[in-house]
Amino acid sequence: MNVLNFVNAFFSDSAHWHGYDGIPTRLGEHVQYTLEALAIAAAIGLPIGLVTGHYGRGGNTLAMISTAGRALPSFGLLVLMFIWLGFGMTPVMIPLVVLAVPPILVTTYEAMRSVDPSPVDAARGMGMHEAKVLFQVELPVALPLILSGLRSAAIQIVSTATIAAYVSLGGLGRYIVDGLYQHNYEKVVGGATLVALMALATLGLFWAVARVAVSAGVRRSH
Amino acid sequence: MNRFFDIPSDLQHSWFGLIGLHLREALLPVLAGLVFALPLAQLCVRFRWLYPPVLWVTTVLYAIPSLAFFVVLIDYTGQTELTVMIPLGVYSLVVLVPAIVDGVRSVPQETLAAATAMGFGPVRRYVQVQLPIAVPAIIAGLRVATVSSISLVSVGMLIGNQGALGNLLNDAQIYHRPELAWNSVLTTAALAILADAVLVLARLLLTPWMPSGTRRTKTKDAQARPEPAVPALEDAAR
Repeated sequence: MNVLNFVNAFFSDSAHWHGYDGIPTRLGEHVQYTLEALAIAAAIGLPIGLVTGHYGRGGNTLAMISTAGRALPSFGLLVLMFIWLGFGMTPVMIPLVVLAVPPILVTTYEAMRSVDPSPVDAARGMGMHEAKVLFQVELPVALPLILSGLRSAAIQIVSTATIAAYVSLGGLGRYIVDGLYQHNYEKVVGGATLVALMALATLGLFWAVARVAVSAGVRRSH
Repeated sequence: MNRFFDIPSDLQHSWFGLIGLHLREALLPVLAGLVFALPLAQLCVRFRWLYPPVLWVTTVLYAIPSLAFFVVLIDYTGQTELTVMIPLGVYSLVVLVPAIVDGVRSVPQETLAAATAMGFGPVRRYVQVQLPIAVPAIIAGLRVATVSSISLVSVGMLIGNQGALGNLLNDAQIYHRPELAWNSVLTTAALAILADAVLVLARLLLTPWMPSGTRRTKTKDAQARPEPAVPALEDAAR
Protein backbone atom coordinates (compact mmCIF):
# COMPACT_ATOMS: atom_id res chain seq x y z
CA MET A 1 0.00 0.00 0.00
CA ASN A 2 3.00 2.14 -0.72
CA VAL A 3 1.24 4.41 -3.18
CA LEU A 4 -1.74 5.04 -0.90
CA ASN A 5 0.61 6.26 1.83
CA PHE A 6 2.09 8.76 -0.59
CA VAL A 7 -1.37 9.93 -1.64
CA ASN A 8 -2.30 10.40 1.98
CA ALA A 9 0.92 12.26 2.78
CA PHE A 10 0.48 14.57 -0.20
CA PHE A 11 -3.09 15.55 0.52
CA SER A 12 -2.65 15.95 4.27
CA ASP A 13 0.31 18.34 3.87
CA SER A 14 -1.30 21.76 4.28
CA ALA A 15 1.53 23.36 2.27
CA HIS A 16 0.00 21.80 -0.80
CA TRP A 17 -3.30 23.55 -0.34
CA HIS A 18 -2.58 27.23 -0.80
CA GLY A 19 -0.23 29.72 -2.38
CA TYR A 20 1.48 29.85 -5.72
CA ASP A 21 2.09 26.10 -5.88
CA GLY A 22 -1.15 25.12 -4.15
CA ILE A 23 -3.62 22.58 -5.46
CA PRO A 24 -6.34 25.19 -6.25
CA THR A 25 -3.91 27.25 -8.38
CA ARG A 26 -2.56 24.24 -10.27
CA LEU A 27 -6.02 22.77 -10.76
CA GLY A 28 -7.26 26.12 -12.09
CA GLU A 29 -4.39 26.25 -14.59
CA HIS A 30 -5.05 22.69 -15.68
CA VAL A 31 -8.76 23.38 -16.19
CA GLN A 32 -7.87 26.51 -18.16
CA TYR A 33 -5.49 24.65 -20.50
CA THR A 34 -8.05 21.89 -21.00
CA LEU A 35 -10.92 24.24 -21.79
CA GLU A 36 -8.86 26.35 -24.20
CA ALA A 37 -7.52 23.36 -26.09
CA LEU A 38 -10.93 21.68 -26.21
CA ALA A 39 -12.60 24.86 -27.45
CA ILE A 40 -10.06 25.31 -30.25
CA ALA A 41 -10.22 21.62 -31.22
CA ALA A 42 -14.04 21.65 -31.24
CA ALA A 43 -14.08 24.84 -33.31
CA ILE A 44 -11.95 23.03 -35.90
CA GLY A 45 -13.34 19.50 -35.70
CA LEU A 46 -17.07 19.95 -35.21
CA PRO A 47 -17.95 22.07 -38.30
CA ILE A 48 -15.82 19.94 -40.61
CA GLY A 49 -17.19 16.70 -39.16
CA LEU A 50 -20.80 17.92 -39.34
CA VAL A 51 -20.59 19.11 -42.94
CA THR A 52 -18.62 16.15 -44.31
CA GLY A 53 -20.86 13.76 -42.39
CA HIS A 54 -23.98 15.50 -43.70
CA TYR A 55 -22.88 15.15 -47.31
CA GLY A 56 -21.20 11.79 -46.71
CA ARG A 57 -18.09 12.77 -48.62
CA GLY A 58 -14.46 12.88 -47.69
CA GLY A 59 -14.60 10.09 -45.11
CA ASN A 60 -11.38 8.53 -46.33
CA THR A 61 -9.59 11.88 -46.38
CA LEU A 62 -10.75 12.53 -42.82
CA ALA A 63 -9.55 9.11 -41.70
CA MET A 64 -6.16 9.80 -43.28
CA ILE A 65 -5.86 13.25 -41.69
CA SER A 66 -6.79 11.89 -38.30
CA THR A 67 -4.29 9.03 -38.54
CA ALA A 68 -1.62 11.56 -39.43
CA GLY A 69 -2.68 13.76 -36.52
CA ARG A 70 -2.60 10.83 -34.15
CA ALA A 71 0.79 9.72 -35.44
CA LEU A 72 2.43 13.00 -34.40
CA PRO A 73 3.89 12.44 -30.92
CA SER A 74 2.38 15.03 -28.55
CA PHE A 75 5.44 15.22 -26.36
CA GLY A 76 7.83 15.56 -29.30
CA LEU A 77 5.62 18.23 -30.81
CA LEU A 78 5.60 20.11 -27.51
CA VAL A 79 9.40 20.16 -27.26
CA LEU A 80 9.76 21.04 -30.93
CA MET A 81 7.32 23.94 -30.66
CA PHE A 82 9.04 25.08 -27.48
CA ILE A 83 12.42 25.14 -29.24
CA TRP A 84 10.88 26.87 -32.21
CA LEU A 85 8.52 29.40 -30.62
CA GLY A 86 9.96 29.76 -27.13
CA PHE A 87 8.08 30.00 -23.85
CA GLY A 88 4.34 30.62 -24.00
CA MET A 89 0.90 29.13 -24.37
CA THR A 90 1.09 28.48 -28.12
CA PRO A 91 3.70 25.67 -27.93
CA VAL A 92 1.41 23.90 -25.43
CA MET A 93 -1.84 24.48 -27.29
CA ILE A 94 -0.56 23.16 -30.64
CA PRO A 95 0.13 19.56 -29.52
CA LEU A 96 -3.05 19.47 -27.41
CA VAL A 97 -5.19 20.61 -30.34
CA VAL A 98 -3.46 18.20 -32.72
CA LEU A 99 -4.23 15.46 -30.22
CA ALA A 100 -7.88 16.40 -29.74
CA VAL A 101 -9.03 17.15 -33.28
CA PRO A 102 -8.90 13.55 -34.66
CA PRO A 103 -11.33 11.97 -32.17
CA ILE A 104 -13.75 14.91 -32.52
CA LEU A 105 -13.53 14.92 -36.30
CA VAL A 106 -13.84 11.18 -36.86
CA THR A 107 -16.57 10.59 -34.28
CA THR A 108 -18.64 13.53 -35.54
CA TYR A 109 -18.36 12.25 -39.09
CA GLU A 110 -19.28 8.70 -38.04
CA ALA A 111 -22.13 10.00 -35.88
CA MET A 112 -23.64 11.93 -38.78
CA ARG A 113 -23.22 8.92 -41.07
CA SER A 114 -24.95 6.62 -38.63
CA VAL A 115 -28.15 8.70 -38.54
CA ASP A 116 -31.08 6.74 -39.95
CA PRO A 117 -31.64 8.13 -43.48
CA SER A 118 -35.45 7.77 -43.49
CA PRO A 119 -36.27 10.68 -41.11
CA VAL A 120 -33.69 12.74 -42.99
CA ASP A 121 -35.43 12.00 -46.27
CA ALA A 122 -38.78 12.75 -44.66
CA ALA A 123 -37.48 16.10 -43.49
CA ARG A 124 -36.29 16.90 -47.00
CA GLY A 125 -39.65 15.77 -48.36
CA MET A 126 -41.34 18.23 -46.02
CA GLY A 127 -39.31 20.94 -47.71
CA MET A 128 -36.75 21.56 -44.99
CA HIS A 129 -33.60 23.46 -45.83
CA GLU A 130 -30.32 21.50 -45.86
CA ALA A 131 -29.13 23.58 -42.91
CA LYS A 132 -32.37 22.88 -41.05
CA VAL A 133 -32.11 19.17 -41.83
CA LEU A 134 -28.57 19.19 -40.44
CA PHE A 135 -29.30 21.08 -37.23
CA GLN A 136 -32.84 19.97 -36.42
CA VAL A 137 -32.92 16.37 -37.60
CA GLU A 138 -29.44 14.92 -37.89
CA LEU A 139 -27.67 16.74 -35.08
CA PRO A 140 -30.06 15.73 -32.26
CA VAL A 141 -29.87 12.08 -33.32
CA ALA A 142 -26.09 12.15 -33.73
CA LEU A 143 -25.56 14.04 -30.47
CA PRO A 144 -24.77 11.10 -28.15
CA LEU A 145 -21.95 9.90 -30.40
CA ILE A 146 -20.67 13.44 -31.00
CA LEU A 147 -20.55 13.96 -27.24
CA SER A 148 -18.59 10.74 -26.81
CA GLY A 149 -16.03 12.06 -29.31
CA LEU A 150 -15.75 15.33 -27.40
CA ARG A 151 -15.47 13.37 -24.17
CA SER A 152 -12.55 11.25 -25.31
CA ALA A 153 -10.85 14.36 -26.69
CA ALA A 154 -11.33 16.08 -23.33
CA ILE A 155 -9.92 13.14 -21.38
CA GLN A 156 -6.90 12.94 -23.63
CA ILE A 157 -6.30 16.65 -23.20
CA VAL A 158 -6.61 16.38 -19.40
CA SER A 159 -4.02 13.64 -19.16
CA THR A 160 -1.68 15.09 -21.79
CA ALA A 161 -1.79 18.67 -20.45
CA THR A 162 0.54 17.36 -17.71
CA ILE A 163 3.45 17.66 -20.13
CA ALA A 164 2.97 21.46 -20.24
CA ALA A 165 4.97 21.47 -17.01
CA TYR A 166 7.99 20.21 -18.89
CA VAL A 167 8.23 23.55 -20.71
CA SER A 168 7.91 25.35 -17.37
CA LEU A 169 4.20 26.13 -17.53
CA GLY A 170 1.78 25.31 -14.70
CA GLY A 171 -1.02 22.82 -14.35
CA LEU A 172 -1.12 19.60 -12.37
CA GLY A 173 1.88 18.26 -14.29
CA ARG A 174 3.97 20.70 -12.25
CA TYR A 175 3.79 18.31 -9.29
CA ILE A 176 4.83 15.35 -11.43
CA VAL A 177 7.74 17.07 -13.18
CA ASP A 178 8.96 18.89 -10.04
CA GLY A 179 8.59 15.72 -7.99
CA LEU A 180 10.64 13.83 -10.56
CA TYR A 181 13.53 16.30 -10.38
CA GLN A 182 13.35 16.71 -6.60
CA HIS A 183 13.03 12.94 -6.06
CA ASN A 184 9.90 13.79 -4.12
CA TYR A 185 7.77 10.74 -4.66
CA GLU A 186 4.85 12.04 -2.66
CA LYS A 187 4.44 14.98 -5.04
CA VAL A 188 4.53 12.74 -8.14
CA VAL A 189 1.88 10.37 -6.82
CA GLY A 190 -0.23 13.27 -5.56
CA GLY A 191 -0.10 14.99 -8.96
CA ALA A 192 -0.91 11.77 -10.78
CA THR A 193 -3.88 11.17 -8.47
CA LEU A 194 -5.19 14.68 -9.11
CA VAL A 195 -4.96 14.25 -12.89
CA ALA A 196 -6.70 10.88 -12.73
CA LEU A 197 -9.44 12.38 -10.55
CA MET A 198 -9.87 15.26 -12.98
CA ALA A 199 -10.20 12.80 -15.87
CA LEU A 200 -12.88 10.93 -13.96
CA ALA A 201 -14.65 14.20 -13.17
CA THR A 202 -14.60 14.95 -16.90
CA LEU A 203 -16.26 11.59 -17.56
CA GLY A 204 -18.93 12.45 -15.01
CA LEU A 205 -19.45 15.92 -16.45
CA PHE A 206 -20.00 14.55 -19.95
CA TRP A 207 -22.40 11.95 -18.59
CA ALA A 208 -24.40 14.78 -17.00
CA VAL A 209 -24.31 16.89 -20.17
CA ALA A 210 -25.55 13.93 -22.16
CA ARG A 211 -28.43 13.44 -19.70
CA VAL A 212 -29.50 17.06 -20.15
CA ALA A 213 -28.74 17.68 -23.82
CA VAL A 214 -29.81 14.45 -25.50
CA SER A 215 -33.54 14.35 -26.14
CA ALA A 216 -35.48 11.63 -24.36
CA GLY A 217 -36.57 9.93 -27.57
CA VAL A 218 -33.01 9.54 -28.82
CA ARG A 219 -31.81 8.34 -25.43
CA ARG A 220 -34.37 5.58 -25.30
CA SER A 221 -33.23 4.08 -28.57
CA HIS A 222 -29.57 3.96 -27.44
CA MET B 1 20.73 17.05 -44.34
CA ASN B 2 23.74 15.35 -42.79
CA ARG B 3 23.22 17.25 -39.57
CA PHE B 4 19.70 15.88 -39.53
CA PHE B 5 20.89 12.29 -39.24
CA ASP B 6 24.03 13.00 -37.25
CA ILE B 7 23.00 11.52 -33.92
CA PRO B 8 25.04 12.66 -30.88
CA SER B 9 27.17 9.87 -29.44
CA ASP B 10 25.68 10.10 -25.95
CA LEU B 11 22.64 8.24 -27.23
CA GLN B 12 24.88 5.26 -28.12
CA HIS B 13 22.76 4.43 -31.13
CA SER B 14 22.68 5.25 -34.79
CA TRP B 15 19.47 6.61 -36.29
CA PHE B 16 18.47 3.10 -37.29
CA GLY B 17 19.43 1.83 -33.85
CA LEU B 18 17.06 4.37 -32.28
CA ILE B 19 14.32 3.30 -34.67
CA GLY B 20 14.79 -0.35 -33.70
CA LEU B 21 14.76 0.55 -30.02
CA HIS B 22 11.66 2.69 -30.49
CA LEU B 23 9.78 -0.06 -32.29
CA ARG B 24 10.73 -2.59 -29.62
CA GLU B 25 9.58 -0.31 -26.79
CA ALA B 26 6.33 0.46 -28.59
CA LEU B 27 5.32 -2.84 -30.19
CA LEU B 28 6.16 -5.40 -27.48
CA PRO B 29 3.64 -3.77 -25.10
CA VAL B 30 0.93 -3.87 -27.79
CA LEU B 31 1.65 -7.56 -28.30
CA ALA B 32 1.52 -8.17 -24.54
CA GLY B 33 -1.71 -6.17 -24.40
CA LEU B 34 -3.22 -8.39 -27.09
CA VAL B 35 -2.13 -11.58 -25.29
CA PHE B 36 -3.88 -10.44 -22.10
CA ALA B 37 -6.85 -8.81 -23.85
CA LEU B 38 -7.96 -11.92 -25.77
CA PRO B 39 -8.81 -14.10 -22.75
CA LEU B 40 -10.10 -11.11 -20.75
CA ALA B 41 -12.44 -10.10 -23.58
CA GLN B 42 -13.59 -13.69 -23.92
CA LEU B 43 -14.46 -13.74 -20.22
CA CYS B 44 -16.39 -10.48 -20.67
CA VAL B 45 -18.35 -11.98 -23.57
CA ARG B 46 -19.04 -15.15 -21.60
CA PHE B 47 -20.06 -13.46 -18.35
CA ARG B 48 -21.93 -10.30 -19.27
CA TRP B 49 -21.92 -8.91 -15.74
CA LEU B 50 -18.13 -8.78 -15.88
CA TYR B 51 -17.95 -6.25 -18.71
CA PRO B 52 -19.12 -3.03 -16.96
CA PRO B 53 -16.70 -3.35 -14.01
CA VAL B 54 -13.85 -4.24 -16.39
CA LEU B 55 -14.68 -1.15 -18.47
CA TRP B 56 -14.67 0.99 -15.36
CA VAL B 57 -11.32 -0.26 -14.12
CA THR B 58 -9.72 0.14 -17.54
CA THR B 59 -11.15 3.66 -17.93
CA VAL B 60 -9.61 4.64 -14.62
CA LEU B 61 -6.25 3.11 -15.59
CA TYR B 62 -6.46 4.98 -18.86
CA ALA B 63 -7.00 8.26 -17.07
CA ILE B 64 -3.55 8.04 -15.46
CA PRO B 65 -1.23 10.21 -17.56
CA SER B 66 1.69 8.32 -19.08
CA LEU B 67 4.31 10.53 -17.45
CA ALA B 68 2.87 9.93 -13.99
CA PHE B 69 2.60 6.21 -14.71
CA PHE B 70 6.26 6.05 -15.74
CA VAL B 71 7.46 7.97 -12.71
CA VAL B 72 5.43 5.93 -10.25
CA LEU B 73 6.83 2.71 -11.72
CA ILE B 74 10.45 3.86 -11.34
CA ASP B 75 10.25 2.87 -7.69
CA TYR B 76 9.55 -0.74 -8.69
CA THR B 77 11.28 -1.31 -12.01
CA GLY B 78 13.99 1.37 -12.02
CA GLN B 79 14.90 3.59 -14.97
CA THR B 80 14.62 0.81 -17.52
CA GLU B 81 12.76 0.09 -20.71
CA LEU B 82 10.33 -2.02 -18.71
CA THR B 83 9.14 1.12 -16.90
CA VAL B 84 8.11 2.58 -20.25
CA MET B 85 6.67 -0.66 -21.56
CA ILE B 86 4.35 -1.56 -18.67
CA PRO B 87 2.10 1.55 -19.01
CA LEU B 88 2.04 1.20 -22.79
CA GLY B 89 0.96 -2.42 -22.35
CA VAL B 90 -1.80 -1.35 -19.98
CA TYR B 91 -3.03 1.34 -22.40
CA SER B 92 -3.04 -1.21 -25.24
CA LEU B 93 -5.04 -3.63 -23.10
CA VAL B 94 -7.55 -0.87 -22.37
CA VAL B 95 -8.01 -0.13 -26.07
CA LEU B 96 -8.13 -3.76 -27.14
CA VAL B 97 -10.61 -5.23 -24.64
CA PRO B 98 -13.66 -3.21 -25.83
CA ALA B 99 -12.59 -3.66 -29.46
CA ILE B 100 -12.42 -7.45 -29.12
CA VAL B 101 -15.60 -7.66 -27.05
CA ASP B 102 -17.52 -5.63 -29.63
CA GLY B 103 -16.00 -7.64 -32.46
CA VAL B 104 -16.80 -11.02 -30.94
CA ARG B 105 -20.29 -9.89 -29.92
CA SER B 106 -21.04 -8.66 -33.43
CA VAL B 107 -20.90 -12.23 -34.78
CA PRO B 108 -24.50 -13.04 -35.80
CA GLN B 109 -26.35 -15.57 -33.70
CA GLU B 110 -27.24 -17.64 -36.79
CA THR B 111 -23.56 -18.01 -37.69
CA LEU B 112 -22.83 -19.35 -34.23
CA ALA B 113 -25.79 -21.69 -34.39
CA ALA B 114 -24.61 -22.96 -37.77
CA ALA B 115 -21.12 -23.62 -36.41
CA THR B 116 -22.58 -25.49 -33.44
CA ALA B 117 -24.81 -27.50 -35.75
CA MET B 118 -21.75 -28.44 -37.78
CA GLY B 119 -20.33 -30.01 -34.62
CA PHE B 120 -17.86 -27.29 -33.65
CA GLY B 121 -16.90 -27.36 -29.97
CA PRO B 122 -16.70 -24.08 -28.07
CA VAL B 123 -12.91 -23.73 -28.56
CA ARG B 124 -12.97 -24.53 -32.25
CA ARG B 125 -15.98 -22.29 -32.74
CA TYR B 126 -14.15 -19.43 -31.03
CA VAL B 127 -10.89 -19.83 -32.96
CA GLN B 128 -12.32 -20.67 -36.37
CA VAL B 129 -15.54 -18.65 -36.46
CA GLN B 130 -15.71 -15.88 -33.88
CA LEU B 131 -12.12 -14.64 -34.04
CA PRO B 132 -11.90 -14.39 -37.85
CA ILE B 133 -15.18 -12.48 -38.00
CA ALA B 134 -13.93 -10.19 -35.24
CA VAL B 135 -10.66 -9.50 -37.09
CA PRO B 136 -11.69 -6.10 -38.52
CA ALA B 137 -12.68 -4.83 -35.07
CA ILE B 138 -9.55 -6.27 -33.46
CA ILE B 139 -7.33 -4.69 -36.10
CA ALA B 140 -9.11 -1.36 -35.69
CA GLY B 141 -8.20 -1.60 -32.00
CA LEU B 142 -4.63 -2.62 -32.76
CA ARG B 143 -4.25 0.39 -35.07
CA VAL B 144 -5.25 2.82 -32.34
CA ALA B 145 -3.11 1.03 -29.73
CA THR B 146 -0.05 0.83 -31.99
CA VAL B 147 -0.14 4.43 -33.17
CA SER B 148 -0.59 5.83 -29.68
CA SER B 149 2.04 3.47 -28.27
CA ILE B 150 4.62 4.62 -30.82
CA SER B 151 3.86 8.23 -30.04
CA LEU B 152 3.95 7.75 -26.24
CA VAL B 153 7.39 6.09 -26.11
CA SER B 154 8.91 9.56 -26.52
CA VAL B 155 7.69 10.59 -23.07
CA GLY B 156 10.10 7.97 -21.70
CA MET B 157 12.81 10.55 -22.36
CA LEU B 158 11.81 12.23 -19.11
CA ILE B 159 12.67 9.23 -16.96
CA GLY B 160 16.36 9.04 -17.76
CA ASN B 161 16.63 8.76 -21.54
CA GLN B 162 14.38 5.75 -22.00
CA GLY B 163 12.45 7.39 -24.83
CA ALA B 164 14.31 5.96 -27.86
CA LEU B 165 13.66 8.55 -30.59
CA GLY B 166 12.31 10.84 -27.87
CA ASN B 167 15.83 11.12 -26.45
CA LEU B 168 16.68 13.24 -29.48
CA LEU B 169 14.40 15.91 -28.01
CA ASN B 170 16.64 16.18 -24.98
CA ASP B 171 19.78 16.37 -27.12
CA ALA B 172 18.15 18.98 -29.34
CA GLN B 173 17.92 21.22 -26.28
CA ILE B 174 21.31 20.37 -24.78
CA TYR B 175 23.25 20.92 -27.99
CA HIS B 176 20.96 23.63 -29.43
CA ARG B 177 20.29 21.55 -32.52
CA PRO B 178 16.60 21.97 -33.40
CA GLU B 179 16.99 19.63 -36.37
CA LEU B 180 17.28 16.76 -33.89
CA ALA B 181 13.82 17.59 -32.53
CA TRP B 182 12.48 17.69 -36.08
CA ASN B 183 14.11 14.32 -36.69
CA SER B 184 12.49 12.89 -33.55
CA VAL B 185 8.98 14.11 -34.39
CA LEU B 186 9.07 13.28 -38.08
CA THR B 187 10.63 9.84 -37.65
CA THR B 188 8.17 8.92 -34.90
CA ALA B 189 5.23 10.07 -37.01
CA ALA B 190 6.54 8.15 -40.04
CA LEU B 191 6.94 4.98 -37.95
CA ALA B 192 3.38 5.32 -36.66
CA ILE B 193 1.95 5.82 -40.14
CA LEU B 194 3.95 2.86 -41.51
CA ALA B 195 2.82 0.60 -38.66
CA ASP B 196 -0.75 1.70 -39.30
CA ALA B 197 -0.40 0.89 -43.01
CA VAL B 198 1.00 -2.56 -42.18
CA LEU B 199 -2.06 -3.26 -40.02
CA VAL B 200 -4.43 -2.12 -42.77
CA LEU B 201 -2.62 -4.46 -45.14
CA ALA B 202 -2.90 -7.28 -42.59
CA ARG B 203 -6.63 -6.72 -42.41
CA LEU B 204 -6.96 -6.91 -46.17
CA LEU B 205 -5.00 -10.18 -46.19
CA LEU B 206 -6.83 -11.69 -43.22
CA THR B 207 -10.33 -10.83 -44.40
CA PRO B 208 -10.41 -11.72 -48.11
CA TRP B 209 -14.21 -11.90 -47.96
CA MET B 210 -14.60 -8.21 -47.20
CA PRO B 211 -14.82 -5.57 -49.95
CA SER B 212 -11.51 -3.69 -50.09
CA GLY B 213 -13.25 -0.29 -50.10
CA THR B 214 -13.21 0.98 -46.52
CA ARG B 215 -16.65 2.60 -46.58
CA ARG B 216 -19.23 0.02 -45.74
CA THR B 217 -22.47 0.23 -47.62
CA LYS B 218 -25.46 1.08 -45.52
CA THR B 219 -27.46 -2.06 -45.05
CA LYS B 220 -30.50 -2.34 -42.85
CA ASP B 221 -28.35 -4.13 -40.31
CA ALA B 222 -25.66 -1.48 -40.28
CA GLN B 223 -28.28 1.13 -39.46
CA ALA B 224 -29.54 -0.84 -36.54
CA ARG B 225 -26.04 -1.25 -35.21
CA PRO B 226 -23.91 1.79 -36.05
CA GLU B 227 -20.36 0.37 -36.06
CA PRO B 228 -19.99 -0.61 -32.42
CA ALA B 229 -16.22 -0.33 -32.36
CA VAL B 230 -16.10 3.37 -33.23
CA PRO B 231 -17.27 5.00 -30.00
CA ALA B 232 -15.44 2.48 -27.84
CA LEU B 233 -12.20 2.98 -29.73
CA GLU B 234 -12.41 6.73 -29.84
CA ASP B 235 -12.92 6.60 -26.11
CA ALA B 236 -9.73 4.78 -25.60
CA ALA B 237 -7.60 6.62 -28.11
CA ARG B 238 -5.29 9.12 -26.51
